[in-house]
Amino acid sequence: MQQETPGSAVISLLVDNESGALARIVGLFSGRGYNIQSLTVAPVDELGMQSRVNIVTTGTPADIRQIKAQVERLVPVSRVVNLTAEGPHVAREMALIKVVSSGEPRTEALRIAQAFRARAVDTTASSFVFELTGSTDKLDSFIELMRPLGLVEVSRTGVAAICRGPQTIQSL
Amino acid sequence: MRPSPLMGDQDKMTPQTASSAPDAQKPQTLSGAEVLMRALDEQGVEVIFGYPGGAVLPIYDALFRQNRIRHILVRHEQAAVHAAEAYARSTGKVGVVLVTSGPGATNAVTGLLDALMDSIPLVCLAGQVPSSLIGNDAFQEADTTGITRPVTKYNYLVRKPEDLAPAVHEAFAIARSGRPGPVLIDLPKNITVGNAPYAAASQTTARVAKRMPEPDRDAVKRAVAAMKKSCRPLFYIGGGVINAGPEACANLRKLVKLTGFPITSTLMGFGAYPGSDAQYLGMLGMHGMYEANLATHGCDVLIALGSRFDDRVTGRVDAFSPDSFKIHADIDPSQINKIIHVDQPIVGDAGRIITMMIEEWESQPAYGHQTELAAWWEQIEAWRALDCLRFSQDPAPDAIIKPQQAIRRIYELARETKRETYVSTEVGQHQMWAAQYFRFDEPNRWLTSGGLGTMGYGLPAAVGAQVAHPDALVLDIAGEASTLMNIQELGTIAQYRLPVKLFIINNHYMGMVRQWQELLHGSRYSESYSDALPDFVKLAESFHARGLRATRLDELDDTIRAALAHDGPVVVDLCVTEGENCFPMIPSGAAHNEMILGPEQEERGAKVTREGMMLV
Repeated sequence: MQQETPGSAVISLLVDNESGALARIVGLFSGRGYNIQSLTVAPVDELGMQSRVNIVTTGTPADIRQIKAQVERLVPVSRVVNLTAEGPHVAREMALIKVVSSGEPRTEALRIAQAFRARAVDTTASSFVFELTGSTDKLDSFIELMRPLGLVEVSRTGVAAICRGPQTIQSL
Repeated sequence: MRPSPLMGDQDKMTPQTASSAPDAQKPQTLSGAEVLMRALDEQGVEVIFGYPGGAVLPIYDALFRQNRIRHILVRHEQAAVHAAEAYARSTGKVGVVLVTSGPGATNAVTGLLDALMDSIPLVCLAGQVPSSLIGNDAFQEADTTGITRPVTKYNYLVRKPEDLAPAVHEAFAIARSGRPGPVLIDLPKNITVGNAPYAAASQTTARVAKRMPEPDRDAVKRAVAAMKKSCRPLFYIGGGVINAGPEACANLRKLVKLTGFPITSTLMGFGAYPGSDAQYLGMLGMHGMYEANLATHGCDVLIALGSRFDDRVTGRVDAFSPDSFKIHADIDPSQINKIIHVDQPIVGDAGRIITMMIEEWESQPAYGHQTELAAWWEQIEAWRALDCLRFSQDPAPDAIIKPQQAIRRIYELARETKRETYVSTEVGQHQMWAAQYFRFDEPNRWLTSGGLGTMGYGLPAAVGAQVAHPDALVLDIAGEASTLMNIQELGTIAQYRLPVKLFIINNHYMGMVRQWQELLHGSRYSESYSDALPDFVKLAESFHARGLRATRLDELDDTIRAALAHDGPVVVDLCVTEGENCFPMIPSGAAHNEMILGPEQEERGAKVTREGMMLV
């Protein structure tokens, strides 16, 4: 088998909203040595019977295929889609970023926040909490820029993802 | 606030309850335990293997007050699971286990994983402390669903009375569907004591067989086209064919006969194809037959049916069957390309795929490589002529018995009885020798712990097989170390008068550990000597069984005959040479063409590499 280069992949699952379902998925990843870079979960249907789980993981294409096949075996999992392999998709996350500074760094932080279209959702005389939504890359670079400007705390949601166009997780 | 996802008390399979069914005149008031009995009965359960305790007392009470389901009281919960596994393996039904909370459930864990690894359908019912006490570190409380999640195909904690019957029905459906496996239902005591509605299986919906489509006809077509083009083909079959049922095994025979191709089997596939047939090359893999392993290495088309390229089969992965076009038929898509990259995967039931292969074989243009196939057979026969299992037994009457001699004679003398015979084993050298010398013409007769390699499997497995087949001859080929891990089951055997024949191949060593220490660790026999062994004859007698012993060659046959003829449980202590090694052997990290052969076969194979040592 030819060496395939490792990369990251966004995998979206629809799972029955039952006790232990998340533990089952997370346990499968840890038990088989797969990586979870980020994970998001929330109910997505009207009755709250199903949740959507988005997992960002890394591995060779063969690893990712194996991960998908293993996750598909789980009883409460009704749908698994590798959005990265299935074509164009939107993957976004949200971060809350706290910056404590004064003087020039504080002004600079606000300037950069405006350039990134981050919103200041909490402001005190010495601090800002910025809310920023976007791709993982965008959040990463914003956080890097904030680091010398008084960054003290970060809270990120992990990736929510969906495929582009009229296709859905059910139709893919 | 939104309901907490995935953690809450979700009601996702509320059935139409029995009271709303048209045929129910009035709602019956049943306790949860009674609902459980009724659901088990509806699922066709005849036998439960179990052990009582506080949290399952209501279930044992319901069991007492009915007479359709029989209960076999084991002496340890691990044994209950192995017995149920053997019951399932030897009958094709779902095995059922009943254990109490806490230690009862944790003792079952090894058995559950054993069943998961070997794809055995089981339903394990576990007691749990009342719902109100869960999470309080109550007496005999364990997070059973948490502990058993990675060792089961699925598990439940029943939180509401109305979920009980649907959970039982779905558990059976999950256990037996697709790739079979164990399912655990955790039953809090308030659920079994309190009232619960009954729901018939037909009134509930089970989430199973999802994405279990008919095998892709085009994939089968391409596979058969490759088979038609092959000059050096080989079938490599596994336990999946046995799980596909007797009809699948019968069709496998037809397909193999139709093609004239050679066939090898994994440890789990014995009997799917008749072991006595000339096209059968025996087991492949680490202790597989010389001819089977060289054929695997040299074939140009490898047809894997219901087998999973286990590391004991493949040896060094990058040297496994290097020049072959690989066809892999498996019911579990996650097995495809997991270890070995295959050229033609087919996902589906082995039985359906075999049937489709027969149809395609008959409809596609005739096989045109008879000459090459004959040459391939000639090559295989040359390998076979090496007689890789030959060993030298000192013929003197007072000679020490070789373990190979003991196992071969058990096989031959058992076959002479012409009785329906089931064979279980423990794990180690004796297991591999049994795998080499025993040949099975029928499926479901060979009961061994393959994937997990659980020492102590064989004796409880013999219990399960004998309960399922009371009139059959049931043998446990054991080692003295393994069998001591579940020797308490002699109590179960005595209680139910199960005429199990336990043959202990007693070499005073954990033989396989000793062998690896000799080959890999400079003969430093660290902790592998079985010191302070019991007197197995007296041990047998104390458990109301017959005890026999053979220490010299001239006692061997008579002792085996006496054991086979005895109408009751027998423990036979066969004292054998201590330092015997099991050959052929593919050293870890080596390829199939680098086998080590026994001293009888002069060609000496590869040295074990340092990388190989890490592979275990």
